[in-house]
Amino acid sequence: MAFYVVQFLTGLASAASLFLVASGLSIIFGVTRIVNFAHGAFYMLGAFVAYTLTERLSGALGFWGGILLASLAVAVFGVLIEMILLRRIYRSPELFQLLATFGLTLMIEDLVILIWGPDDLLGRRAPGLRGAVDFFGQQVPSYDLFLIVLSPIVLGILWLLFRRTRWGVLVRAATQDRDMVAALGVNQKWLFTSVFALGVFLAAFGGALRIPRDAANHAMDLSVIVDVFVVVVIGGLGSIIGAFVAAVLVSELNAFGILIFPKISIILVFLVMAVVLIVRPWGLFGKPEAPARKTPGLTVQPWRPLSANERVAMIGVLIVAAALPLFGGTYVLTVASEIAIFVIFAASLHFLMSVGGLASFGHAAYFGLGAYGVAFLAKMAGLPMIVCLLIGPLLGLLGAAVFGFFAVQLSGVYFAMLTLAFAQIVWSIAFQWVSVTGGDNGILGVWPAAWASGAAAFYWLSLGVAVLVVAALRAMTFSPFGYALRATRDSALRSEAIGIDNKRIQWTAFVIAGTAAGIGGALFAFLKGSVFPDNVGISLSVDALVMVLLGGVETISGAIVGAIVYKALNIWLVSHTDLSKLVLGAVIVLIVVAMPKGIVGMIETLQARRGRSTKSAMLASRVESAE
Amino acid sequence: MSAAPVLLVVEGLTKSYGGVHAVRDVSFSLSAGEILALIGPNGAGKSTCFNMLNGQVTPGGGRVRLLGRDTTGEKPRAVWRLGVGRTFQITATFPTMTVRENVQVALVSHHSRLFDMWSSAPKLARDEAERLLDLVGMNGYADRPCGELAYGDLKRLELAIALANQPKLLLMDEPTAGMAPRERVELMRLTARIAREQSIGVLFTEHDMDVVFEHADRILVLNRGSLIAEGVPEEVRRDPQVRAIYLGEGLVYDARHRDGAPA
Ligand SMILES: Nc1ncnc2c1ncn2[C@@H]1O[C@H](COP(=O)(O)OP(=O)(O)OP(=O)(O)O)[C@@H](O)[C@H]1O
Ligand SMILES: [Mg+2]
Repeated sequence: MAFYVVQFLTGLASAASLFLVASGLSIIFGVTRIVNFAHGAFYMLGAFVAYTLTERLSGALGFWGGILLASLAVAVFGVLIEMILLRRIYRSPELFQLLATFGLTLMIEDLVILIWGPDDLLGRRAPGLRGAVDFFGQQVPSYDLFLIVLSPIVLGILWLLFRRTRWGVLVRAATQDRDMVAALGVNQKWLFTSVFALGVFLAAFGGALRIPRDAANHAMDLSVIVDVFVVVVIGGLGSIIGAFVAAVLVSELNAFGILIFPKISIILVFLVMAVVLIVRPWGLFGKPEAPARKTPGLTVQPWRPLSANERVAMIGVLIVAAALPLFGGTYVLTVASEIAIFVIFAASLHFLMSVGGLASFGHAAYFGLGAYGVAFLAKMAGLPMIVCLLIGPLLGLLGAAVFGFFAVQLSGVYFAMLTLAFAQIVWSIAFQWVSVTGGDNGILGVWPAAWASGAAAFYWLSLGVAVLVVAALRAMTFSPFGYALRATRDSALRSEAIGIDNKRIQWTAFVIAGTAAGIGGALFAFLKGSVFPDNVGISLSVDALVMVLLGGVETISGAIVGAIVYKALNIWLVSHTDLSKLVLGAVIVLIVVAMPKGIVGMIETLQARRGRSTKSAMLASRVESAE
Repeated sequence: MSAAPVLLVVEGLTKSYGGVHAVRDVSFSLSAGEILALIGPNGAGKSTCFNMLNGQVTPGGGRVRLLGRDTTGEKPRAVWRLGVGRTFQITATFPTMTVRENVQVALVSHHSRLFDMWSSAPKLARDEAERLLDLVGMNGYADRPCGELAYGDLKRLELAIALANQPKLLLMDEPTAGMAPRERVELMRLTARIAREQSIGVLFTEHDMDVVFEHADRILVLNRGSLIAEGVPEEVRRDPQVRAIYLGEGLVYDARHRDGAPA
């Protein structure tokens, strides 16, 4: 019995950091409507800065002062970021905000390595709380008890802040209706900045408080942000009470999940999340959101199928691509195969996010499932390559069918957070279920059959499959189904009113996209000869998002161009610099701020402008007045 | 007229939001080919009524019977399949498609081909879409991006979309709001003509009393969620309660009305 009580207390103590970070995220979202992906990075910074300060400053005062000072310093850093970056994207589509703050995360990750080095740092114990309290023979660290008491105190302070101060009243008003507050003559800019500062302070505080318990490490930003997303999905985005309750719930589920399913403890959290989503899609304490700002909306150029000339040009490009083995050596062909595979991956995400308006932040899950599917079939069942390639992607289909069913119940940022959380669940299973997946060591020796083992043969195979998949997705884009999917994206209200079952259409699209991604993953497994949990990881999911974005979210061929440019750039960058995340993050931020239409979008805009200037001036003026 | 089948029967429809009674115990019926106006000041509950009729909002109480079937609480898409077309107070169209494609999607849905993944949608039901666009006077606009249409054109496009499933009943929430006065009259005359020709029942709201009195066979007056008057235009016009509401709003609708006479 005492053991369970202690387990419960440990859960409560872990909930403290989670609650601090989640409440910060919720407060920022409530007012600015930005889901700050970089929140995990601020949490990590809090831990590292606190480590340095508590090492330098001595005594109890030095320790606690260091923790507070670190949180304040990170908050100031957050304010700078808000003023430089976020102010430019408050009106952007949600997807862009998520991506920009993710880019920021990548940059901060590399900066932390630059400043603190690559090692984990274990901080000193909290003065006065070094010991443990005996509880019926079980030891409970005093620091845990301190954390358990701290969360409700912070909750109380926040409550007072929002109920009893003028600033708090303004923040609550802005959460209700931010335009109204602007109309009241409140300086909205500084309201946003101060809210952001508070949110970042809470995140950094959560990180700083962790160092006496666990080492500050370089993966803590992403691992906490996934937990936080789960917490806010369960508790309801924008609700502090919700963050508190859900943080406790999730921490307890983790604490006891380990006892019930030691291998895949995360399953329990997933089950609870699924139930909450079905019963209360907006979370336990959340309110239904107004419809999301749509990702499309930068341009109103309707899509059209390729003209005869363009088709001929495409075939020309393909012939050139197919002739590559005549010029390139093994390395070039291997890189080209990888690019072809990523074209498949990007095109599959494009179908979901550009055609369907559903920006998945966890699309790698289905890519990785396809890869694992192939690895299982090839290694365990010993099936021939062709059979593996045909059946392996079905694992991606299966995953997409299960997770997609829940994901399409939501939209906008909720959809993004949920898909990310699902992908993380798949990652955890791949990582933890060592007996089946090999865990961190992956599954090795997934080699292609003899006929496909030459670099040229494998390249032709990848290119051929890529052409088939892209052509099929394109055909679907212009099929009645594709139009129905676009209809659900353009106006959910209208599409339901003309007999379209939005959720069913979106679910189907999710499954199609997941299967296509699985095909890419299946090829990838044979290309690399191995499968690792990284093939399901967040950074791979974000790679796909960046490819689509770079090419142009609102175009049909953007994903392909984006995949080619991005993958080539990425491979080059990784071999030429140690700071690839810093550069990549900066590129993402730059795209969002400076060229949100992407490469193909820019080209189309230029073409349209040239075309339009030749048309009658009357039409042009009419278009402008309609906008 | 009396032989016309009853399309819609509404009994005791009720909805409240928090403490606000948006709609209270509203009952009426509508026959095929009949044009029924639902009028009332801002916030009277007209849109809420429409939303309950097509299933967008679940009624707090009461029944809706469409074509002899109880559709209370059914989804908008199910109601649409029964043959109900809907236009919105604030237009809802697909801005990234062309005008023709907007109508084609509705037609594709009507022909139950939504899960067809291989045909080319731009080629499907093209003529049918053109015909509907012709009907609402949008033939010149078929290839224009819907996102750059003027508001009045969007309203006409919505009518074309609403007619795509050969509806037996049209629900039109302020079909002419935001249009120029001449356009309003034209659009309503067009709607009335189509309705009479195809014997479609129409329930519409309108703030422009000229339009209402020119076309409505019967008028329902809603105020603060409750029906306060119902009858042919002459009766409603003379109703003292209605006069009080509308005079209070500064709307005059007596004199010089029906010179144009119904078309
Ligand atoms: N989703 C909602 N939540 C809360 N209150 C609502 C909601 N929808 C409508 N109401 C309230 O119900 C009442 C009726 O609104 P409704 O939109 O039906 O009026 P209306 O007659 O269509 O007005 P208008 O002429 O301005 O379009 C109003 O008081 C409105 O504030
Ligand atoms: Mg209304």
